[in-house]
Amino acid sequence: MGALTTSPLMKRLLAVWIGAILVFLYLPMAAIALASFSRQRYFRFPVPRFDTRWYEDAFTSLSVRDLLWTSLTVAAIVTVISVVLAFLGALAFARYDWKGRTIYQKLLLLPIFFPQAVLGLALLLWYSALGIPTSWMTAVFAHLVWILPIATLVISIQVYGFNPAWEEAAYDLGATRWQVFREVTLPVLWPGIFSGALFSFLLSWGNFPLSLYTTGADSTIPEWLYAKMVSGYTPLVPTLGTLTTVGAALLLLGAYATIMLVRRARRAEDGG
Amino acid sequence: MSLETDVRALESELEDADHTRRRQRSSLWTELGDWLRQPGALLAAPPMLLLALGFLGPLLLVAAFSLIPPKTFDLGGAWTIRNYVDIVTESYWISFAWSFALATVTVILLMLICYPLAYAMTKVFGRAANILTLLLVIPLFVSENIRLFGWVLSLVKGGVLPGAAELWLGLDISGLLYTVPAIVLGLVYVYLPFMLFPMVLGLSMVPDRLREAAVDLGASRWQLFREIELPLAMPGILIGCLLTFILALGSLAESKILGGSAIVMIADDIESAFTFAQNWPKGAALSVLLIVLAGGLVFAVLSRLDLDKILGRG
Repeated sequence: MGALTTSPLMKRLLAVWIGAILVFLYLPMAAIALASFSRQRYFRFPVPRFDTRWYEDAFTSLSVRDLLWTSLTVAAIVTVISVVLAFLGALAFARYDWKGRTIYQKLLLLPIFFPQAVLGLALLLWYSALGIPTSWMTAVFAHLVWILPIATLVISIQVYGFNPAWEEAAYDLGATRWQVFREVTLPVLWPGIFSGALFSFLLSWGNFPLSLYTTGADSTIPEWLYAKMVSGYTPLVPTLGTLTTVGAALLLLGAYATIMLVRRARRAEDGG
Repeated sequence: MSLETDVRALESELEDADHTRRRQRSSLWTELGDWLRQPGALLAAPPMLLLALGFLGPLLLVAAFSLIPPKTFDLGGAWTIRNYVDIVTESYWISFAWSFALATVTVILLMLICYPLAYAMTKVFGRAANILTLLLVIPLFVSENIRLFGWVLSLVKGGVLPGAAELWLGLDISGLLYTVPAIVLGLVYVYLPFMLFPMVLGLSMVPDRLREAAVDLGASRWQLFREIELPLAMPGILIGCLLTFILALGSLAESKILGGSAIVMIADDIESAFTFAQNWPKGAALSVLLIVLAGGLVFAVLSRLDLDKILGRG
């Protein structure tokens, strides 16, 4: 046992390594935040003067409101559809033994292992061949192709820990199919479903390569930001970038806190 | 334990015999009906339908488009392999080579960067790893092009790093942006979580008791790594490598945003064939080549892995 404990020096080295990686991951986001508070139109470091004027611009801009609305609508619809389908898909993935399951598991994962830009272009071709005009609705479908497998995977991990005997016990005690689903299956799988929903929402919210080719005349925030980065820089780019980053972080932290609270409440319930 | 497995084996054998007997009597249709009546198949049907419509269909269409004459948009005409011949004779191999080279470098760097981190998260820091996981996940949900733009602001002349270097060290490092190393940096940065989390999954499959036993039997740190940890964590590491390699191979934003026009990667070529050049058949043929190369790799690796073991009973 004692032989396995990591030496203090090793621990310190690992801590330094982790710190370096966190700096690496957060440096560009810090740079964006810095640029968004900089008074000048063009970013320089060190920043000579700070200001919040770009945020005022962002909050009063009508086009920003449109972008936000499109991004939110797409992400919300993607979340609902993907969670329902991923829940079914996860039961097939991990709960039931059936002929064809191993093939199904691999087929389902293929879209994750696929370059998104190429998938977006292929979908664009597909829509135009079928005569479907592209809009935010076609983007919802495109997002689903990529996000559904991921959500299924996330929920499956929870389903693996689910013991089918619990359902059977409830049936034996006279519960109806609906009661079993509501009182046994759903509460046990809830954390997985919740994380599946969170993943779906955030991945759709931040998606760029699929949106780029499938939204038609509509535009999501990542698309708009890309267009501005390539064509003409405006300080709204770092400002909106910071806002979406902070929004995503708050959502994640809030979700994490919710899970912790629910767990604690459940534990208290079990105790009392 | 062994008795239980024996009984189970016997049961499944009996079941199989039952199935064969029934199959001999039934026609193909009732067999299909039986198969669909399995709860698993029924539940898998809606997601599979979505992927048939949104993944398989488009890919088949792309394959069909790659076989029509260049710069046409009509699938009804005569089919040809002109596009593939063009690709081989023109200089497209350069962008394929760049993509493969950069993807390989990215995977190697990510393995070296992520292994100590994954090891620390699974075997050293215990409960603190939860918070760490959260911190490592957050960037994943920020749009990739925003984060890459953050690197532009960090590397550009007068940006964060050159500005800081000049201010505090008196160094001039303003030529960082729009170079090949900048693209590699972007690839490593964006795909880090895709290597890290499968690796964490893989390493958490290494039982501590096995490691203890090895150490008790006198294994050195290197032997422990080489003969216990690495082989047992291999499925997770393989998935991580595969995922990052494929994603880097098909990446577009990194070379555009951080590379400027330093080099052209294959996704760039595909995109410009579809958009500026309006040559859909050539774009389709390039996509098919990329898909075949990447897909072959995915199938070769995935067919060796038991997903139940990796995801469920880890």
